[in-house]
Amino acid sequence: MAKTKTDLSWQELEIGGIITNPGNAAEYKTGDWRSLRPVWDTKRCVKCGACYIFCPDAAIEETEEGYFEANLFYCKGCGICAHECPTQSITMVEEEE
Amino acid sequence: MGKRIGLEVSLSAAEAVKMADVDCIAAYPITPQTHIVEHLSELVNNGELDAEFIPVESEHSAMSVCAGIAAVGARAFTCTSSQGLALMNEIVHIVASMRLPMVMILANRSLSAPISIWNDHTDVMSIRDCGWIQVFVNNGQEVFDHVLFGYRVAESEKVMLPVMIHVDGFILTHVIEPVEFWETEQVERYLPEFKPVHALHPDRPVTMGCIAGPSIFSEVKVAQDEALIQSKSEIISAWKELGDIVGRYYKPIEGYKDEDAETLFITQGCFGETVSLAVDALRDEGKSVGLLMDRLWRPFPLEEFRQAVGNAKSLIVIDRAISYGGQGGPLALDLRSALYKEKNEPTITNFICGLASRDVTIDDFKNIYNRSMEKIKVNPREEDFEYYGVRGK
Repeated sequence: MAKTKTDLSWQELEIGGIITNPGNAAEYKTGDWRSLRPVWDTKRCVKCGACYIFCPDAAIEETEEGYFEANLFYCKGCGICAHECPTQSITMVEEEE
Repeated sequence: MGKRIGLEVSLSAAEAVKMADVDCIAAYPITPQTHIVEHLSELVNNGELDAEFIPVESEHSAMSVCAGIAAVGARAFTCTSSQGLALMNEIVHIVASMRLPMVMILANRSLSAPISIWNDHTDVMSIRDCGWIQVFVNNGQEVFDHVLFGYRVAESEKVMLPVMIHVDGFILTHVIEPVEFWETEQVERYLPEFKPVHALHPDRPVTMGCIAGPSIFSEVKVAQDEALIQSKSEIISAWKELGDIVGRYYKPIEGYKDEDAETLFITQGCFGETVSLAVDALRDEGKSVGLLMDRLWRPFPLEEFRQAVGNAKSLIVIDRAISYGGQGGPLALDLRSALYKEKNEPTITNFICGLASRDVTIDDFKNIYNRSMEKIKVNPREEDFEYYGVRGK
């Protein structure tokens, strides 16, 4: 895999800090901002997908069974999914060290 | 040899911009820069210059437009002074960081308050650390030559930085001087077509001016600073080639009767020509005195200054700006730092004068010389500086 932006030395940067590979924000791990992690209770979940729609980072993915889970590489732990869930099936739990 | 024409310096500067065949001029009028862009608007209107003239609503917009023009790979020009520069400040820093080449003439004028339309270098020093290549000029011919030099250096693939030309307001912008125009063929030889390293284009998408967090910001800034420091070699070779084409050779530090001098005046901008006459007069009185004129301001010509100062015993640094609450004028501060612990480190005295175009005459510079000699005997403290010609001081 190519070096990510954060590994580059000053000599390796594009002139003016320009980004030449579009969409490389996908390489940026926003998951380490997180202090709370969403956890789904599949017994309560009605598979409505509100969490998927409301997630501001598009970090929620549908599983094969039709439930939902967060991609923790991107999930910032904002809690919007838990707030919006009509059946209160998402709990925000503390990230442990 | 090009045609020699007697013309107001502002108008000949505009003619040089025309010869550089710029694609876009975005400017807002402010004294004493106005005549430059006014004349450019006439040239565009008359069809003599095929460029867009964008009359923007503020200097902030002028610099923003120029950023956009340079980002798509076209040649941009703007011009401002004093408060205009202060208003465009935000974007001035950004175009240097984004490595967008362009040329701006700064018709040097005091910063308010009190309101002053007159000349000094307080506006220059407010953006000393903005990351642009900055040069001072002494006369109309140098303005003309440096517009073409500016684009040549700015657009060089090794440089890709904006260039600012400091022209003393009124004292230089509004005087009529003989200027030798370049032949079109000479311009073509000196200034190739602008080929940007990156340009905004739908077929080759890039992101310019993006965010950089703590993990990458320092690397981006070091790359920028290194580019500015390393631009010096390109600056020097562009001056050499300019000399080979039009016969006028420029250097980072210009000397006048400096080689054997015990005492050297150091100046920036138009003061140089006045001081050269004071040097002549002092030489007639048997004083061992010479002059160094700082042409290149950023990147700071450290080695050239050290070499030019040589074995001089004392320096008289003339500043035309105040570093409020600081330990002297901005030029003196840099020189003290550059020469600190050098072998035969000279004693530096610093005089701040000529604020808001207050006249500093040949006799005044002779007085400054005598005052400096007196100070060195009585109190050679390095941090000393004084305001010359201020009532009550």
